[in-house]
Amino acid sequence: MIQLNINGVARDIDVDPETPLLWVLREQAGLTGTKFGCGIAVCGACTVQIDGVAARSCVMPVSALDATQRIVTIEGLSTDGGHPVQQAWLALDVPQCGYCQAGMIMAAAALLETNPNPTDDDINAEITNICRCGTYNRVRAAIKLAAANGSETNKG
Amino acid sequence: MNVTTLSRRNFLIGTAATAGGFSLGFHVPFPANAQDAASDVMPEINAWVEIHPDDTVVIRIVRSEMGQGTLTGLAQLVAEELECDWSKVTTVYPTPGESLRRDRVWGSFSTSGSRGIRGSHEYVRQGGATAREMLIAAAASVWNVPASECSAANSIITHGASGRTERYGAVATLAAQMPPPGNIVLKDPKDWKIAGKSLPRLDTADKLTGKQIYGIDLMLPEMLNAAVKECPVFGGKLKSFDAAAVSAMPGVRKVVQIDEATVSVVADTWWQAQSALNTLPVVWDDGPNIAVTSASIAEMLAEGLDATDAFAGTVIGDAQAALEGAADVVTATYSYPYQAHATMEPMNATARYSQDKCEVWVPTQNGEASLVETAKASGLPIEQCEVYKLHLGGGFGRRGSREDYVRQAVILAKEYPGTPVKVIWSREEDMLHGAYHPTTQCRLRAALDAEGNITAFHMRLSGQSILSSLRPEVVGERGHDPVVFQGLNDGGSDGAFGYTVANLSIDHAMRNPPVPPGFWRGVNLNQNAIYVECFMDELAHAAGMDPLHFRRKLMANHPKHLAVLEAVAERIGWETPAPSGVYRGLAQIMGFASYVAAAAEISIVDGQLKIHRIVAATDPGHIVNPAQAERQVEGSFVYGLSACLYGECTISGGRVEQENFDTYEVMRMEQMPEVEAIIMPSGGFWGGVGEPTIAVAGPAVLNAIFAATGRRIRQLPLKNSNLA
Ligand code: FES
Ligand code: FES
Repeated sequence: MIQLNINGVARDIDVDPETPLLWVLREQAGLTGTKFGCGIAVCGACTVQIDGVAARSCVMPVSALDATQRIVTIEGLSTDGGHPVQQAWLALDVPQCGYCQAGMIMAAAALLETNPNPTDDDINAEITNICRCGTYNRVRAAIKLAAANGSETNKG
Repeated sequence: MNVTTLSRRNFLIGTAATAGGFSLGFHVPFPANAQDAASDVMPEINAWVEIHPDDTVVIRIVRSEMGQGTLTGLAQLVAEELECDWSKVTTVYPTPGESLRRDRVWGSFSTSGSRGIRGSHEYVRQGGATAREMLIAAAASVWNVPASECSAANSIITHGASGRTERYGAVATLAAQMPPPGNIVLKDPKDWKIAGKSLPRLDTADKLTGKQIYGIDLMLPEMLNAAVKECPVFGGKLKSFDAAAVSAMPGVRKVVQIDEATVSVVADTWWQAQSALNTLPVVWDDGPNIAVTSASIAEMLAEGLDATDAFAGTVIGDAQAALEGAADVVTATYSYPYQAHATMEPMNATARYSQDKCEVWVPTQNGEASLVETAKASGLPIEQCEVYKLHLGGGFGRRGSREDYVRQAVILAKEYPGTPVKVIWSREEDMLHGAYHPTTQCRLRAALDAEGNITAFHMRLSGQSILSSLRPEVVGERGHDPVVFQGLNDGGSDGAFGYTVANLSIDHAMRNPPVPPGFWRGVNLNQNAIYVECFMDELAHAAGMDPLHFRRKLMANHPKHLAVLEAVAERIGWETPAPSGVYRGLAQIMGFASYVAAAAEISIVDGQLKIHRIVAATDPGHIVNPAQAERQVEGSFVYGLSACLYGECTISGGRVEQENFDTYEVMRMEQMPEVEAIIMPSGGFWGGVGEPTIAVAGPAVLNAIFAATGRRIRQLPLKNSNLA
């Protein structure tokens, strides 16, 4: 049994400890919002947050995690799609096929946690996820919109 | 849209199942006839439209949604004629089996060739208009007034004289019994209120929360999972494998030989299946292609450049004679490599087989092709097969070229009657068994007169034909694959050559290496645009003329081609100096019935290319959703520039060398230029949007590189050239 804290809920999961977190989320936890793209940590489709930091779950064996670490997936980012990053994505109608978008959103939300007003260079450096549909410019704009909305909120 | 819209015969149930202590919502599309009764409650007005008592409008969409926005666009077209309240619109995919039972009432399911809208706008609008007239007739009959005195708007029917009104939902059941009207006059696009507008997509919300179910996400009760491995060498076979070596691994159910080249492990979870497959000892019979390399393929194509067995596609005047008599001939040879689609969602399909029924759940660009494959692989009559389409995590042609994943899922499902089996390809499998963008070479020769007119132009294409692999019956004995000449035709409505040349000859020497080709977003327009538009730049340079002015002269008889070129030139400021260190390039072409052009601004510092800005213009005749068209333009540039800058599948030992995104590089955020799209529909025709612009990004950038460096890049991808 592996103990994990996923989206705020403590879970016991019976799985080979070498199984990557991605496949535990998808196949044991039934959380299919986190996607499989490459399996070798180069595309970002599988990005989740672990203690607030973006992590590529496809290369992370669950044995490397313990129950004190907070794993957040796209399903747990907000209860209703209301996270500022999701709202910015909705406002700009960012997704095309959408397959890469959960990873993009999780990476963007983690970036804004540590850097509430990222520059273009910051975004280039931190958002290295692949989108084959080519939504990059909208992703960039949505990150900036979320940042602007965030600073509005802070001022207010 | 989510999985509930698979079909009205399928619905979502929340099941309290436990897996690792979790409560899950399983998505269970029920088989046909489970809910025939439902159709009485939710009346179908006609094949395209259902209206529920609460006024919800369900629009049936037959083409597949893979990110291109067709689902929203088609719904806009139906809703426009239906005069319904857009906020009440949802969509549903009818199944290919249902289509078959109803005499293919929905037409083609194929979603390729940028045909989703341009190939069906007429009959879907007819569907909406017919339903509207039936709703009006129903209300009129209730009021006992002539239908001609009534009108409809925003899901409300109004009787003008009395001011009486009625909701669509209230008369829907009756409307369904009204005879469909005879002649319908479709609205003039200039009167559109829903179509033609930049409405948000209908399918965004679920893509932001993880709720959207793609094919790879499907979970069915008792479902098993499978990983597959086909001989990596094209044409190779499976010699042997040692199932005993993995049979005790966790979760493993069975090792199955799918066909003469493919082995599979079926397990409880996909991770278990793939782990066992990675461990499985396999011996391959490499077959006849083991010596094939990129170099041997290049040699084969190079031979075709001079060969006499070419099919003449476009012939005006006598280019050979004119070239022979010319004092100076400009010659250049270009080449374009294999590309993988690399959709973000790897290939997958789920099948359930029993003695008298076979069902498949699959993200496909062509539900009917999936149905045919299901019947073939299951051995059951097609009437006993059904396909449920799921959202695609990208298609780009791969999911419309071959249905190999469907075949595999069905064969595996036959091993477990009654139990669903889901096949997911690893990224490596996906890269090694694509339906690759074909490779070609091109030699261009042209002669110029003193005024800079082209007096003769010969373009010899040598290389692979997609149709000879996928539709050999079309190509026939003569070696004529019409798709090879995309954008190079003498007139026609799909891809007319945009220059007037007195002596013009474009021919194709078909050379088919043993690497399976397929339709890849943009198809042959991609390399044809590079060949023609880079060479036009070479000719402008040889003539000592500005590339825009040079083209303008040759394009006087092609005003639509010229209009998009002028539009991008103006927007980028072609006639004014570029910022210091910044260089510009232009390109235009016509494809998929649309006119497109691009202008690029780049700089090169220490041998590093930076693309600053691309302006694109497209004239697709009519436009259904300008905002979505802009997104398609942007996205197509990412796809096209990824290919131009990095994309290549190299062949060694008869197999593709690139297995994942670490070696198959694609564009990321950092490389993304600013893109400005000019959507300039001129009316009177219907062109595609998803593909055409992909073709002009590459040549515009390559021409800008020449402006910056004086070097012509004629071999792609660019990463193999040193720009320092
Ligand atoms: S699937 Fe994990 S980075 Fe690609
Ligand atoms: S939206 Fe399709 S891969 Fe990014």
